[in-house]
Amino acid sequence: MTVAVESTGTAVNGDRVSLLRVLGPAHVWALGVGIVLVGEFTGWNFSADKGGTLAALIVCWVVGLLYTSVAMIDSEVTSTVAAAGGQYAQAKHIVGPLMAFNVALFLVFAYTMLEVSDAILLGDTIVAKAGVDGLTHNSFIAATIVVLAWLNYRGVLMTLNVNFVITAIAYVSIVILFFSVSPWTQGAVLKLNELVTPGNALPYGWIGVIAAFQFGIWYYLGIEGTTQAAEEVRSPARSLPYGTMAGMITLLIAAAMTWYVCASLMPWEYLGITPYPLWDAGKLTGSPLLENLLFIATLLAAIASANGCINDAARAWFSLGRDRYLPSWFSAVHPKYRTPYRSILFLLPIALAFAFIADLNQAITFSILSGVLQYTFMSINIMMFRKKWPLGTIRRGYTHPFHPLPAIVLFCLCVVTFFAIFLGFGSQLSAMVAFYFLISVWFHFYRYKFVRRGDQFTMPWPKPQGY
Amino acid sequence: MWVALSYACWGISIVLALWMLYDWFQVDTTYTEDVLTSSREGELEAVSEKHRI
Repeated sequence: MTVAVESTGTAVNGDRVSLLRVLGPAHVWALGVGIVLVGEFTGWNFSADKGGTLAALIVCWVVGLLYTSVAMIDSEVTSTVAAAGGQYAQAKHIVGPLMAFNVALFLVFAYTMLEVSDAILLGDTIVAKAGVDGLTHNSFIAATIVVLAWLNYRGVLMTLNVNFVITAIAYVSIVILFFSVSPWTQGAVLKLNELVTPGNALPYGWIGVIAAFQFGIWYYLGIEGTTQAAEEVRSPARSLPYGTMAGMITLLIAAAMTWYVCASLMPWEYLGITPYPLWDAGKLTGSPLLENLLFIATLLAAIASANGCINDAARAWFSLGRDRYLPSWFSAVHPKYRTPYRSILFLLPIALAFAFIADLNQAITFSILSGVLQYTFMSINIMMFRKKWPLGTIRRGYTHPFHPLPAIVLFCLCVVTFFAIFLGFGSQLSAMVAFYFLISVWFHFYRYKFVRRGDQFTMPWPKPQGY
Repeated sequence: MWVALSYACWGISIVLALWMLYDWFQVDTTYTEDVLTSSREGELEAVSEKHRI
């Protein structure tokens, strides 16, 4: 029997069933840092393979500048466009439907591929620790993706409470490692002077630094995911800028500590190829306690990241359905748990399929590519936002300083990163751009006729200047 | 131990996947599509933001 009312009190007769506003700044921090922190445990170190240990440090700071610009721009726009879908909702209101459709796909691809990478990393880490012949990573991948999908299905509050705890443990493990190796004393445990010399600091020169940008992204990839929680935080105008900026500061500190410890313990030739730089650093200290702590922290970081990615990808997909950019079937909200349950379930087998057939490098590259496409959009988006609605015309929860400098810096660094990706993965970059072009043609000529054009613009803003 | 853990992971995955499918079926047969897809973007903002600066 089909009924139109809910008996548990979550959705009352006549009311809409919407996402639940239960999150605070700590959850926003847990979502952003949770997605990103896995990049300190693996990924960033491949930049050392591209350009040496010093290149890994240079991109740590320069890409940190890119992401600081992302965080500032995102905080301003999202504190005004507080809707699930994050950058998708921003693009829809500020640029237009075709850009919004593409941005939503960037988001879904970036987060789903990152989730896949996290699950593969977790499986590989357990298999490496076990050292048992015949043990494969498939069961651990399946459990990671399914258990986290179930958690997300059951409610956003518990999902992000769990993320807060495990992200905090993983973060504290980096701090413990840092202080355990006497960072103030070179020579005792750390040997930076011996491992990084003028002769090997930049083995491929400055082109190596450019090439290192591709993996430098891993230090911070995903911090912009905080905006996906916009419709579920109690006070978006306050919580989103606060949680995002706090997350960025946290990550800059973690990135610096991670580079310093790893660069002082491993030669660049090894650092650039190991899949587990922090776990290896724990082993190299000679302390079984630190080794096991960093092993567990690697797993927790991968879990936190996959958890946040499921949350974000589902909200982006849900938003597309709600505006009929995709069938509205995807916009269903669970009447009891108040989550976009159909979107979560739809993306679950896709993530599983990619995790079983793709390798880690391919999944990571597709995630990074979609992420950088999204950052390029953000630099254009903020310029249009300030031009159409200058300061003083609409209420902003946060106004980022030095405009348009962050947008220009962001755009320039995105161009450099595209060049770096082209150097390493030119065919994947071309394939992805071709895919987005074809899907845009499909959207423009076929799908857009199903969209209720007046209903999709929901922000009660005045007319933009010039219109 | 690791092999047993691997089997446990398969078991947990199957159980939770089945539970989600069952709950999905229950929800979709209990509520109308209009109720389930009634969420609208920006409702809070429409109430709280006046934009009279």
